[in-house]
Amino acid sequence: MSGAAPATASPLVSVESIHTFYGKSHILHGVSLQVGRGEVVGLLGRNGVGKSTTLKTVMGLVRPSQGEVRYEGQHITGLQPHRLARIGIGYVPEDRRIFRLLTVMENLRTGLDRHGVTEDRKQALLDKVYEYFPVLADRRNQAGGTLSGGEQQMLAIARAMMLEPKIILLDEPTEGLMPRMVSQIRHIIEALHREGVAILLVEQNVPLTLEASQRIYIMEKGVVRHHAPAAELRANDAVIHQYMGV
Amino acid sequence: MAIPFEQILIQTINGIVTGMILALVASGLTLIFGIMDVVNFAHGELFMLGAYVGVVTMVATGNFWLALLTAIIVLAALGAIIQVTTLRPLLGRDPLTTILATFGLSLVLQNYALWQFGPVARKIPEPITGHFTLFYLDYPWYRIAIALLSAAIIGGLYLFLKFGTYGIWIRATTQDRVMAAAMGIPVPWVHTAVFAIGAGMAAASGVLFGPLVGVNHAMGLDWTLKAFIVVVVGGMGNLGGSIAASIFISLLEAYASLWVSPAQAVIVSFVVLILTLLFRPTGLFVPTPK
Repeated sequence: MSGAAPATASPLVSVESIHTFYGKSHILHGVSLQVGRGEVVGLLGRNGVGKSTTLKTVMGLVRPSQGEVRYEGQHITGLQPHRLARIGIGYVPEDRRIFRLLTVMENLRTGLDRHGVTEDRKQALLDKVYEYFPVLADRRNQAGGTLSGGEQQMLAIARAMMLEPKIILLDEPTEGLMPRMVSQIRHIIEALHREGVAILLVEQNVPLTLEASQRIYIMEKGVVRHHAPAAELRANDAVIHQYMGV
Repeated sequence: MAIPFEQILIQTINGIVTGMILALVASGLTLIFGIMDVVNFAHGELFMLGAYVGVVTMVATGNFWLALLTAIIVLAALGAIIQVTTLRPLLGRDPLTTILATFGLSLVLQNYALWQFGPVARKIPEPITGHFTLFYLDYPWYRIAIALLSAAIIGGLYLFLKFGTYGIWIRATTQDRVMAAAMGIPVPWVHTAVFAIGAGMAAASGVLFGPLVGVNHAMGLDWTLKAFIVVVVGGMGNLGGSIAASIFISLLEAYASLWVSPAQAVIVSFVVLILTLLFRPTGLFVPTPK
């Protein structure tokens, strides 16, 4: 692993040598990475190297057998996912996982109806996502399952935004989308970054990831092999070729 | 042999009355299955215990409606305790473990009732004693009241699920437990609440049904069996399907008893169950799966 320094002295999320198993298969072999406050970090690698598992482990959906995850300096390893969501970790899974029988509005309300959120604040949050994704406003009373793939992706991101997260774990948001949708997703990543939301972005789309991120981790076979500022990889793509074969 | 029209009408009313009580039992069962994948074999015992709590409250206060309310509250609380202590630790395990756990629970609850209340059936007096004339019959108003009350409780459940935050939480958790948790929904407590609601509904049906038959420790058995049939026929976990199947099967049994004895008419439900499992195992009252 090449030695770029961590972004900040006290990262928002810090993953420290986690080992994760699915049954008997050892998926993550000591993954470490950090995401600073408001930072967009890309996680690249071929299929099946453990990128999604890393996100799931941070979200508490899979429990690491060793290692730990910290959030704002606190140990969060083993905390239940609903607690993590409430303290500011948003998750947008690879397959989107829209609640298909719930309307668009109800999908958003799964994250919006929290204690201590005033009606004004709720409306402001809704107005914001409807501004980013006007199509969701048009379809607010339509069942989530009737949306197109791109619209479901927007709903999945909008739904995570309802939690007012400090970080969003974004798993392959552009997978299977038309080019127009891909550029829309890119704009939304930029907008979230401007708002100060950190993003841990897992992608197969290398150019988009290099453009959108400040730092990049490259994974292979369950470990982080390379770590560099995105600008460095944009200038010299030999490393990308080596690990991604593109 | 021609069946007189008035007999058919009487049996239609009987079928709907029984069907509504069955729907009340089955909707709790299907709600629990839908959200937790737990087949609750102790559901009939919650029905039976609800009836007993009704009897005890009735003896103490003489007020049927208070007895109904007390039974709902006590059994909902008991349901929550059962869920937390027995089912929560088993979540995500092999379904067989939860089947064994709830089956064991049903034996414990049944024998507790036998030990506590003895083998002699208790009676809950009807709160509404009037009759109206239905052709040659004096038909009790109470039976009509049961159907209406059951419908009201099921309607209340529907509104609760359809509107409001907790309804959204329950539906989201039913559809995707993992994603619901990732959205900050406290999934373990949603499970507990749903089990409590199901237990409360079983208790309500137990008290409502109590005046029609005696209350005894084994009264849940019939209902467990019937409720399972309608839950399967209606499509596991599908609330609307279970309600439709409850009325459908109860009507079929009621009509069948025009020709054969009521005990033989029960065979009709099993025939429907077997045909459903053979030809449409996802349930009769659900859209064709893609």
